[in-house]
Amino acid sequence: AALNGGLRSQVSAALKEGRVAPTELCQRCLALIKSTKFLNAYITVAEETALKQAEESEERYKRGQPLGILDGIPIAVKDNFNTAGIETTCASNMLKGYISPYNATVVQKLLDQGAVLLGKTNLDEFAMGSGSTDGVFGPVRNPWSYSKQYKEKNVPKSYPEDEESNWVITGGSSGGSAAAVSSFTCFAALGSDTGGSTRNPAAHCGVVGLKPTYGLISRHGLIPLVNSMDVPGILTRCVDDAAVLLGSLAGHDPKDSTTTQDGFEPFELPDLTDVSKLSIGIPKEYHAPGLSSEILALWSKAADLFKNAGAKVVEVSLPHTPYSIVCYHVLCTAEVASNMARFDGLEYGHRSDMKDSTESMYAATRREGFNDVVRGRILSGNYFLLKQNYEKYFVKAQKVRRLIANDFVKVFRSGVDILLTPTTLSDAAPYTEFIQEDNRTRSAQDDILTQAANMAGLPAINVPTALSERGLPVGLQFIGRSFQEKQLLTVAKWFEKQVQFPVIQLEEVERHDSDVFQHQKSASFS
Amino acid sequence: LAPWVPVVGLEIHAQISSNSKLFSGSQVQFAAPPNSLVSFFDASLPGTLPVLNRRCVEAAVMTGLALNCSINKKSLFDRKHYFYADLPAGYQITQQRVPIAVNGSLSYSLCIDNKMSQMVTKTVRIKQIQLEQDSGKSLHDDTRSQTLVDLNRAGVGLMEVVMEPDMCCGEEAAAAVRELQLILQTLGSSQAVMAEGQLRVDANVSVHHPGEPYGVRTEVKNINSIRFLAKAIDYEIQRQIEELENGGTILNETRAFDSKLGCTVPMRDKEGKQDYRFMPEPNLPPLILYDAKSLPANMNHQQVINIDWIHERLPDLPSVKRKKLVEQYGILPEHSFTLLNEDGLAEFFESVVKRTQMKPKKVIGWILKDLLSYLKQHSLTVKESPVSSFLLADLLNLLEKKEISSTAAKQVLAELWKGEGKTPLEIVKEQKLELLQDQKELEQICQAVIDGHKNEVIMMVLG
Repeated sequence: AALNGGLRSQVSAALKEGRVAPTELCQRCLALIKSTKFLNAYITVAEETALKQAEESEERYKRGQPLGILDGIPIAVKDNFNTAGIETTCASNMLKGYISPYNATVVQKLLDQGAVLLGKTNLDEFAMGSGSTDGVFGPVRNPWSYSKQYKEKNVPKSYPEDEESNWVITGGSSGGSAAAVSSFTCFAALGSDTGGSTRNPAAHCGVVGLKPTYGLISRHGLIPLVNSMDVPGILTRCVDDAAVLLGSLAGHDPKDSTTTQDGFEPFELPDLTDVSKLSIGIPKEYHAPGLSSEILALWSKAADLFKNAGAKVVEVSLPHTPYSIVCYHVLCTAEVASNMARFDGLEYGHRSDMKDSTESMYAATRREGFNDVVRGRILSGNYFLLKQNYEKYFVKAQKVRRLIANDFVKVFRSGVDILLTPTTLSDAAPYTEFIQEDNRTRSAQDDILTQAANMAGLPAINVPTALSERGLPVGLQFIGRSFQEKQLLTVAKWFEKQVQFPVIQLEEVERHDSDVFQHQKSASFS
Repeated sequence: LAPWVPVVGLEIHAQISSNSKLFSGSQVQFAAPPNSLVSFFDASLPGTLPVLNRRCVEAAVMTGLALNCSINKKSLFDRKHYFYADLPAGYQITQQRVPIAVNGSLSYSLCIDNKMSQMVTKTVRIKQIQLEQDSGKSLHDDTRSQTLVDLNRAGVGLMEVVMEPDMCCGEEAAAAVRELQLILQTLGSSQAVMAEGQLRVDANVSVHHPGEPYGVRTEVKNINSIRFLAKAIDYEIQRQIEELENGGTILNETRAFDSKLGCTVPMRDKEGKQDYRFMPEPNLPPLILYDAKSLPANMNHQQVINIDWIHERLPDLPSVKRKKLVEQYGILPEHSFTLLNEDGLAEFFESVVKRTQMKPKKVIGWILKDLLSYLKQHSLTVKESPVSSFLLADLLNLLEKKEISSTAAKQVLAELWKGEGKTPLEIVKEQKLELLQDQKELEQICQAVIDGHKNEVIMMVLG
């Protein structure tokens, strides 16, 4: 029963009361990781260190001195966060075998609170992509591909078509983390979010994906994609758990000069009963081309849900939304070109055998170490940064970015508290279909609903809402005001309670925890 | 032949005197074992972020104020991209768009002739001062076809001081740099020792005919001393003039000064113009500085820099010190220059003056002629002088009290240089250099001399 429960209300309580031991929890997760290996969610499983951490946690519980709610809780971390002593690869040949000497601040915070680090999860190479299909360790498979719910709706029409070719993607780039949480191999996972990389896979994998306000959580130790937009993302099975993780991670970090100096107080989410004072905004531009009719209907249904409960629901406009994708591409590729300049094979990482000259060594190293997606973005970015192009592209994009951010400011100033939008255009695509288009095309399509929040630095969250006709998860997104995570999560929690998203029925999970599904209606808490 | 007008501008990099580097906590230290002062950030390990060093900002503000600059209350950081083995991140963090200080000036003095008898004051405009990272060092091992990289210096804070092309020759440039060096050392913002790489000067040189537009300029690098700076610039001016007079053209190139041959040569590795693809540094918010007026009431002192507070605490700059020396001691302006030009000499002089009745105007001669020339001959610094200010003061007192003649004093001084620990009085007694004060005794000696040389006396009386 413990495997399925909310952290604060169930798992932590169970640990404290001794109903389950940290080592047992850890071992169950490790066993489940092994039996769900086909998902390819993990790049590195840190079995030894995890068990050791679990043992230490157990000692603390025995002494009656747990460090907090997260003590003994198994978590997973996306493989673009530095973890001391454990390989950090970014799913790239450039960093295969790279053992970082330091922990990212968020990793350190989790460890300091007794969390058990199970391993590093799979992603698109250097977090570039929206499918978690373009890393050197292969694609991540969406656990829902193997769920009873999906299989029921997708009986293979003819032999030899079978679930091997029917599996769907997780979305990306934090697909491994989303799959890990979705398949119960951990209780929470860290992702990163630059254009939607936490919310997108959260939607496709039926889990909660939180993108915090830029500057609320430290990026020290997160290998950057776009420094001015990246944030560490939180993936959990319920909104309450996201609040717990947020509470343990947020706050000023002297090692990251872009974190807010303002104090942060961790909070527990109230159980909202009265939404009549709430104003929900529905941005019309998010009815984007390609939005599936299914999701459109769900979005509408959700708006009605709020209306019927007494909230004020208004249509609003964020007029610069259509420009955000191109603007994002200019700024993203420019920063990528800059951030990737350090990978030259000299100080760490892959170094080519080419020895003719320093320059040829650099060129060969970078050709061998980076995939096409990364190299493509570097070339584009350098183009935009050329002196003759800088004003036309980079500065222009910065100005458009300001306009996009101002759209949100205006709407929030007009009295709207929270925005409600779809997270993705459709449910998860089958892998074979997804790879028909290239990474750049897919990213442009898939980021469209999530990426403006990164431009504006706002907090946003995906809440799993319902299953599609194909039996796959669909989520909806809430976007809040800067640093108003408490309000955002409170509303998200209310919504979560209303929709009662079903629990995934996975054979592997059931085998491991046979009494898990006895009392199941909602995803988590009591 | 139409006259040529040489134009010289300077780009000076001064290493900031601080305990740790500009954006990371690793130590700043000269000549440490290779790669022993390298933090994760310095090595560009992925995921590391820059954190601005307060002391470096204060050093730049002090320097800007001392050079009469406007301090920008908001300045920005940028990335300057290029690939090189000593630049681990593939970019340098600098201030290209809005530097910390702009529009200042530096006054310096030159002697009209070689005799230090007439000084003229000149001014050079300071375009800007910017904060930026130093690079590491790469040593080329040609025999093994490899390059050895030492990152100890990577990330050390630099102030780049840009001097407008207001100078006309090597001498002016040398004097300007010397004055800047003194200012930096007085402020303590940089130790500015060229030999240790704490002060690096690149010169921009061009020539043109009066009334015509400026000529193509070359950049001269690899200059290791102030003396070589003057030489390199003068050589380059000459080279350009000769080239143009022979019908040639000047390339906009970078040249290195070869100190052995005394000439400038084109530098390898600088093919074509580099596009540095400048981009704002996204990990550093704008640098905001305050003054007394703009300082918010409840700000944490640790988090802010108050320009006025720094201004109030600036030490006396060399120009002020010189003026005070002239006013207080009645010495000539040229003297004050020499006093400040030699590390510790002004303090030595003042120490002597304090301890002697001799007028400062007379003391200065002993300092500048006898003491200084001796030190120069033996390549000693003032600190290394075997003759302390106390000893010299004692000696000058003997002279002032007319207990010895000035010839005798020079003899005693020569003896004191040996550093054998004897006092002037002891040497005087040893060598029997005392002046006779007794009138009668003197008359007796004179009479004895006259009596002993009767023939010479007669010759003298006859004319």
